[in-house]
Amino acid sequence: MLAESQQATMIEAVFFYIFTGVMLLAALSVVLNRQPIYSVLSLLVAMFCLASLFIMLGAYFVAALQVLLYAGAVLVLFLFVIMLLNLEREALARTRLFTLRAVGTIAPAFLFVHLVRLFRLSATTTSFPSLPPGSGSVESIGRLLFTTYLLPFELTSFLILAAIIGAVTLTKRNASE
Amino acid sequence: MVAAPLAPWLGWTILFAPLCAAVLIFLFGIHHRRFSSTVAIVGLLASFACTARLFFDALGHPATLPFEWSITWIALPGFTIPFGVLIDQLSLLMTLVVTGVGSAIFIYSTGYMAEEQAYSRFFGMLSLFAFSMLTIVLSTNWIQLFMGWELVGFSSYMLIGHWYAKPSAADAGKKAFMVNRVADFGFLLGILALWAISSPLASERTFHFLTLEHKLTQLAHAGLLPMTTLPLIGLLIFCGPVGKSAQFPLHVWLPDAMEGPTPVSALIHAATMVAAGVYLLCRAFWLFEGLPSVLTTIMWVGGATAFLAACLALVENDLKRILAYSTLSQLGYMVMALGLGGRVAGMYHLTTHAFFKALLFLAAGSVIHGTHEQDIHKLGGLWHSMRWTSLTFLIGGLALCGFPGLSGFFSKDEILVLAHEHNAALYWLATITAGMTALYIARAWFIAFTGKAHGHGHESPPVMVGPLVLLAGLSIVGGYIGIPQFLGQLHGEFHWGVAAISLLVVGAGLFLAWLIYFKQAIAPQALVHALALPYSFVQRRYYIDEIYNWYVATVQQKIIAGLCAWVERYIIIGFLVNGIAALTRSLGRLIRLCQTGKIQTYVLAFLLGIIWLLSSALSH
Amino acid sequence: MTITLTHYLIASACLFSIGLIGVLTRRNVLMILLCIELMFNAANLAFVAYARSWADAGGQIIVFFIITVAAAEVTVGLAIAILLARQLHTLNADEVSSLKW
Repeated sequence: MLAESQQATMIEAVFFYIFTGVMLLAALSVVLNRQPIYSVLSLLVAMFCLASLFIMLGAYFVAALQVLLYAGAVLVLFLFVIMLLNLEREALARTRLFTLRAVGTIAPAFLFVHLVRLFRLSATTTSFPSLPPGSGSVESIGRLLFTTYLLPFELTSFLILAAIIGAVTLTKRNASE
Repeated sequence: MVAAPLAPWLGWTILFAPLCAAVLIFLFGIHHRRFSSTVAIVGLLASFACTARLFFDALGHPATLPFEWSITWIALPGFTIPFGVLIDQLSLLMTLVVTGVGSAIFIYSTGYMAEEQAYSRFFGMLSLFAFSMLTIVLSTNWIQLFMGWELVGFSSYMLIGHWYAKPSAADAGKKAFMVNRVADFGFLLGILALWAISSPLASERTFHFLTLEHKLTQLAHAGLLPMTTLPLIGLLIFCGPVGKSAQFPLHVWLPDAMEGPTPVSALIHAATMVAAGVYLLCRAFWLFEGLPSVLTTIMWVGGATAFLAACLALVENDLKRILAYSTLSQLGYMVMALGLGGRVAGMYHLTTHAFFKALLFLAAGSVIHGTHEQDIHKLGGLWHSMRWTSLTFLIGGLALCGFPGLSGFFSKDEILVLAHEHNAALYWLATITAGMTALYIARAWFIAFTGKAHGHGHESPPVMVGPLVLLAGLSIVGGYIGIPQFLGQLHGEFHWGVAAISLLVVGAGLFLAWLIYFKQAIAPQALVHALALPYSFVQRRYYIDEIYNWYVATVQQKIIAGLCAWVERYIIIGFLVNGIAALTRSLGRLIRLCQTGKIQTYVLAFLLGIIWLLSSALSH
Repeated sequence: MTITLTHYLIASACLFSIGLIGVLTRRNVLMILLCIELMFNAANLAFVAYARSWADAGGQIIVFFIITVAAAEVTVGLAIAILLARQLHTLNADEVSSLKW
């Protein structure tokens, strides 16, 4: 039988690959799916996998936030708007330039290659250092948020206010309409 | 060259007094007739007075010549052009002629042009002409001479076309200017070539006459001159006189120039401007002396001009045109003399010709003023109504044919002796021409001044008759005042054989004219009928005008100008100008494709930039 | 096989590229916004991985902020999309090209 640490490493690896694989498949589905609803739902799946990866990395609070805010609020908003606008199946138009789609696929591939090269520069073979207990919990993040990062925290509220006002103003119907 | 012994203002006055007169007239005198003519006459007389002073001083101290006063006009590194006054025997003689005869003609003009509208403009242009002519005569270097050359061409154009409202006058002015332009092109090439060979070092090249002569002689002795191209340069420089002195084949402008007022014909197209070519040949004679081929060309051109022009004068009916062709013929004599190596003979004949030809023209002007008629067949019997004019015309005519004792006899004789010594064919040509000269001028005299009067004329006012008498006097005594001696030829060549033959020929011509036109013994019509073919050929002026017109209309306008227009339209405008515009437009259209307005295109561009940045950062 | 930082980073890069493909090739404006969300998530993964690797909680804090900002941005973006649908009657990215010359 393998040693415990080796076993742990192996389990970690298995879970990592499962979650990453599903996430990437879901991402591909987001990009390639013709039905808008299916795309949104695929994104939901991807976010759940991402949250799992966050938990594997020890960021429990962030994982929860991801599920609550991102998956729970943002995607729901998307769904509402899609259903409101009654989007239909995105037709495959012939007028769409094939070159644009080809370049649009190849260029990100190039970017990916360069990013991989970049990351390889500082690649390590050691695993993550062990975490102090309590890191990544609500309490530790909250402490940081209200001490060191208080200013951005407060400024974010302004941002949200601006977004709210913007959204309401933009979609307000005029009296004449 | 020694330092100038006299005050510089003398020389500058000679040159600039007529110019100041012209400026004053054009600035202030356009509406003041008396002021204009007075200023013009005073200006030229001032020049004459200063020239006389210099002349008498030179007579007393001949060793002081030549000297000059000059200022530096253009000074570029390695290229300086002075502007100045060169005084030697040649320029003194010519200046005396120009200012003296010119003053007489100016005074005459006050009478002749008395009823003229543009009186002040006339005198202003005359003064400008005087300045230009003096620039040529007194110039110290080729460029100053060329400047004067072009200026006299311009003044001539303005004066020929004085009555510019008349189409024939305007055309004549244009023709004169353009024919001269053609000649001056060759002339300028010759001047520049002369400058180029004047020294192997670029900084030592010069336009200055005296220095150039010295340098070229040195180079010739050292064997550094390009002897193959030197005759070509000589011919190019000869182009100038061919145009200005109306030698064959560029003689076509001179008969048409008679459209101008008669004083203009007298001054410019008889006495001075057309003689500028001869003056130039004298001035640059040292260049031609060593080039026998060029000299041969010059003498034959001169001889041909003399003969052909005399033929043309025989068939003319307009009084001024007869005199114009006579001028052509005499200019041919002068050029021929220079071709034969007779520098002094050429200048001698130039001087005497100035006297009697100006006289003839002024007398003709007097006739025109009195009768308002130019066709000799419409005149007649003027001996009775215009005594002074007839008498002076007679004296001028006799001087022209070389009647013994008058000035023309001596000067023409010198030329005939030269011809006799050098070239037999040319000698007989010149002699026959002398006979024809007598014939045509006597024809004009008999038809216009004797016989029955067709209209009536009245004698001209004294202001016009005075200059006639003065010039007649000069025509008589011109042979005795020692012109050749002044120019350096110490003993006169007198060849009894040549003199006898010329007397015989002139006598024959006069007798023939008397027979045909006075006694009416032979009818002119019968002669014309007998010589029908040559007569018509000569009457059409050898079809030269037709040939030139054909050349300009067909070759120049259709072919050359048409080609240039095609190149301009399709290549320069179509291809280059419009092509660049089309290129810019299509380039713009191409670049405009970047601006699609679609977000995704812009994102793609952004992405490509990032990839490029990353890859270049990673490759370091 | 030990899962190192690089694995997570490559996963993040992959996700990012897929999102980018979506941004460049999809025609519907809403779908483009969705793919932008995908790219945000890729960035989040990278941040959290680094936070774990350097034991610095600042990475998780920034993820917190990114999620908030993404929410705000989606709000306004969807409002614009609704406007587009209302006024131009189209959600085709090719037809929303008023900035064209």
